[in-house]
Amino acid sequence: MAQIGIRGVRKSYGKTQVVHGVDVDIVDGEFVVILGPSGCGKSTLLRMIAGLEEITAGEISIDGEVVNELEPRERGCAMVFQNYALYPHMTVAQNIGYSLKVAGVPRATRDQRVLETARTIGLVDFLDRKPGQLSGGQRQRVAMGRAMIREPRVFLFDEPLSNLDAKLRVQMRLEIRRLHQRLRATSVFVTHDQVEAMTLADRLIVMNEGHIDQIGTPSEVYGLPASRYVGGFIGSPPMNFLDVTVGGDGGHVVVGDGQHLSIDPAIGAGLVGQTVEVGIRPEHVTVGHRAGGSTLTAAFDFMEDLGAGRLFHGRLGGADFIVHSPEHRPPAFGEEIPLHIPRDAVHLFDPQTGKRVAAQPVVQAAAA
Amino acid sequence: MRRAYFKDNRIAYLLVAPQLLIIFVFFYWPTGEALFWAFTLEQPWGGGNEWVGLDNLNAVLSDGRYWNAVVVSVIFALASTALAMGMALILAIFADRQLRGYKFYRIGMIWPYAIAAPAVGLAFRFVFNPDAGIMSYLNTISADVWNPTLNGTHALIMIVVAGAWKQVAYNFIFFLAGLQSIPKSITEAGAMDGASVLRRVRDLQLPLLAPTFFFLLVINITDSFTDSFGIVDVMTQGGPARATDLLVYKIYTDGFKGLDYSGAAAQSIILMSLVILLTVFQFRYIERRVHYTG
Amino acid sequence: MIERTPILNVATHVIMFSGLLLLLVPVWFAFVASTHTMQAVNAIPPEFLPGDQFFTNIEAAWTRADFATKFVNSMIVAVGVVVGKVAIAAITAFSIVFFNYRLRQLAFWMVFITLMLPLEVRIVPTFAVAANALSPFQVLMNLFGITALVEAVSGVRVELNWNLLNSYTGLILPLVATATGTFLYRQFFLTIPDELVEAAKMDGAGPIRFLRDTLIPLSKTNMAALATIMFVFAWNQYLWPLLVITDTANFGVVVVELGRLIPDMTTTGGGIPEWHTAMAATLIVMVPPLLVVVLMQRWFVRGLINTDK
Repeated sequence: MAQIGIRGVRKSYGKTQVVHGVDVDIVDGEFVVILGPSGCGKSTLLRMIAGLEEITAGEISIDGEVVNELEPRERGCAMVFQNYALYPHMTVAQNIGYSLKVAGVPRATRDQRVLETARTIGLVDFLDRKPGQLSGGQRQRVAMGRAMIREPRVFLFDEPLSNLDAKLRVQMRLEIRRLHQRLRATSVFVTHDQVEAMTLADRLIVMNEGHIDQIGTPSEVYGLPASRYVGGFIGSPPMNFLDVTVGGDGGHVVVGDGQHLSIDPAIGAGLVGQTVEVGIRPEHVTVGHRAGGSTLTAAFDFMEDLGAGRLFHGRLGGADFIVHSPEHRPPAFGEEIPLHIPRDAVHLFDPQTGKRVAAQPVVQAAAA
Repeated sequence: MRRAYFKDNRIAYLLVAPQLLIIFVFFYWPTGEALFWAFTLEQPWGGGNEWVGLDNLNAVLSDGRYWNAVVVSVIFALASTALAMGMALILAIFADRQLRGYKFYRIGMIWPYAIAAPAVGLAFRFVFNPDAGIMSYLNTISADVWNPTLNGTHALIMIVVAGAWKQVAYNFIFFLAGLQSIPKSITEAGAMDGASVLRRVRDLQLPLLAPTFFFLLVINITDSFTDSFGIVDVMTQGGPARATDLLVYKIYTDGFKGLDYSGAAAQSIILMSLVILLTVFQFRYIERRVHYTG
Repeated sequence: MIERTPILNVATHVIMFSGLLLLLVPVWFAFVASTHTMQAVNAIPPEFLPGDQFFTNIEAAWTRADFATKFVNSMIVAVGVVVGKVAIAAITAFSIVFFNYRLRQLAFWMVFITLMLPLEVRIVPTFAVAANALSPFQVLMNLFGITALVEAVSGVRVELNWNLLNSYTGLILPLVATATGTFLYRQFFLTIPDELVEAAKMDGAGPIRFLRDTLIPLSKTNMAALATIMFVFAWNQYLWPLLVITDTANFGVVVVELGRLIPDMTTTGGGIPEWHTAMAATLIVMVPPLLVVVLMQRWFVRGLINTDK
């Protein structure tokens, strides 16, 4: 069990900097997911924690001890790799027990612990098989067993589920969660899949182009995205964005076609006359008139039926606009439909920096 | 398999014909001739030939000089293969660490492949020359401490070294390629599991290199039976006293110098069978690609 | 590199550097010998460092071995073999992969099995064939009575004769067949998707057009890889030219000439061995394939590995 401190960590390859100064504290026993698109530096950050990449600048500590200069084997971390990285010439038992063998654990103890681990991951009957004879899910389990047996201080997961098919991915996700509930080991999990991230994380770290955009619980990140980027990255279908101008009193913004959209005056007051970007989640908009908030009209072209709900595709104020609604009736092409948008569903972002414009501070709370 | 073909098979026959004609004339016909000669007795350059059954083979197999060539060839094959593969393996493992200067080292190991066997032979003949060059030093201690022109063992050592030197580059290229096809994450998993660099070499890289190793083993032995002609011809011409008379060289001398076509053909058939056996073994039993779907 | 291993890194450099030096030994001493006078080369203790006679010796070797002609011959043979092998490999593989005729599997195996019949082990009968490349057909015609038939009908006795000895054709043609090249091309052609063939058909392209306009441009890297290894192979041929060429003044190649420069009792007639020129000649002969390997390293390594020899 361990806490991890990451202070001003940077990584450069030659002149290209891929991680630009990252600060995070990961609490003991916490399950943290680093989420971001490929190339955002998330795997690099994980590999720096593991000791597989040199840290260009800054400091990483585990349980208060700075580990920058420690070799991977001295850090007490175990890692589950994207392609499993099982040793193809060793049996399942040898794969799982290899770290103990290297550490010089006597044979009898080793066999005992391999058996215990195999029981946990449900592979007792497969101990004599080679990885090539296993299914994808079983290989994934072996990789987990290999990490578990060392009873590491920290579990590191580098997109471990991305090679599995959709069904197996869900199943393995639940198993990882269950395992964490039981072992309560500090875990850092890297993924580009937002559903995976939301379901697994105690806390999410959203990375973009080598920076951390937001750290928070899944609800915080969803509810109060700290940047336009986070707002657009999390949620499906993605958030709608409109370029607007803050109107007279700061209590509304003017959409491209002149319609008014109510916002929190506490935020708008200081921005009167300025251009901002508003983000509105498709699922927070309802069709029809309601009290409170504002009602705008948008022109809709067609509907996608998802079964559980429907996506209405249209345009509002010159931008594409999607509404996620239980409404059944498909729109006629170009039909104007009134939409109700509650005030607290409107997120404001600075068009230059992409940061959230807010009176209320973005919460960067510690984990629950 | 493919489902889209071109229809006009006349073109197909036309395109495949040149190579088939060449291999018929220069590969299969001579092989047939060798078989024919091996079982008949023929006058060189024409004349009648008479069916003698296994007489030629028996004559070869009961010839002490033939068995001498077998022994010399086996020693040469094993020694030069061990030397070339051992050296290449060590160099490849260290080159694979890709430290600074990796590219320089790599080209430094590969270039010998370009050198023709006779050039290698001639250069080594100078290096190992008893009367001039570095080895002549030894002879200043006492006469003939080193003399491959008189001492058969010395001569054999000389061709083994030259033969191995020539093969190092080839083996190095394949070992390095084999090492580099091992996914990086397996090495990293080893590091996370606590294995040091050398421990990973022993537990991970060497076992995963086994298919490459066996592939090269067969190739090296096969090559040593056939490719060694240039080196022997330039360095020792089979001497002294047949100490370096490899099978392939004996076929040449018996056939072209001794004009014993039937004897040479019988030896060819035996060597051919050996090469075929090794090649078939290699294709049949040696998996040439490891599947790292670990 | 994952860990910091300063000691092991030093050891690595030491080992790599020693390996480099070890491989350099013969060439270094050949070079040193080529830079001294005959007396200096044969002196004991020997020279370890180069002298100033390099160009003198190179010039002497060049004229003595008549390299002016032989270099050109070697080049003709090497280029001829490379072009021949690449072309014949491409068309054979094309025929085997893109047409569906009954004998194509047989044709492929016939080519492939030649891997097991290296020149050295079938050298005596192959040489006999080179004296008359049409002799197999003559024998077959005699055997099946065709010769007799033609003679009976036309009164002409068919005597097929095509002597390849002492000719460029003799040096090149028997080396042009290539199992490895055909195999390399076949592997590459098998990766060409059916859709590409179908698209060509839809566009009205016939097989030859498809080969020329689509496959050949796509296989440029294969071609380069194959060409580099085959150049080295062809340039370094020794046994075959040694036998086929007796008219060395006109058709001799440099590698064979090396064998004649061996400075032993038979060549010097009991005189002092002329190592200095022999080594200079050795260096000259090394240069072209060495340039190919060093300059085209990437293609060369790829070719070697993809053909598995």
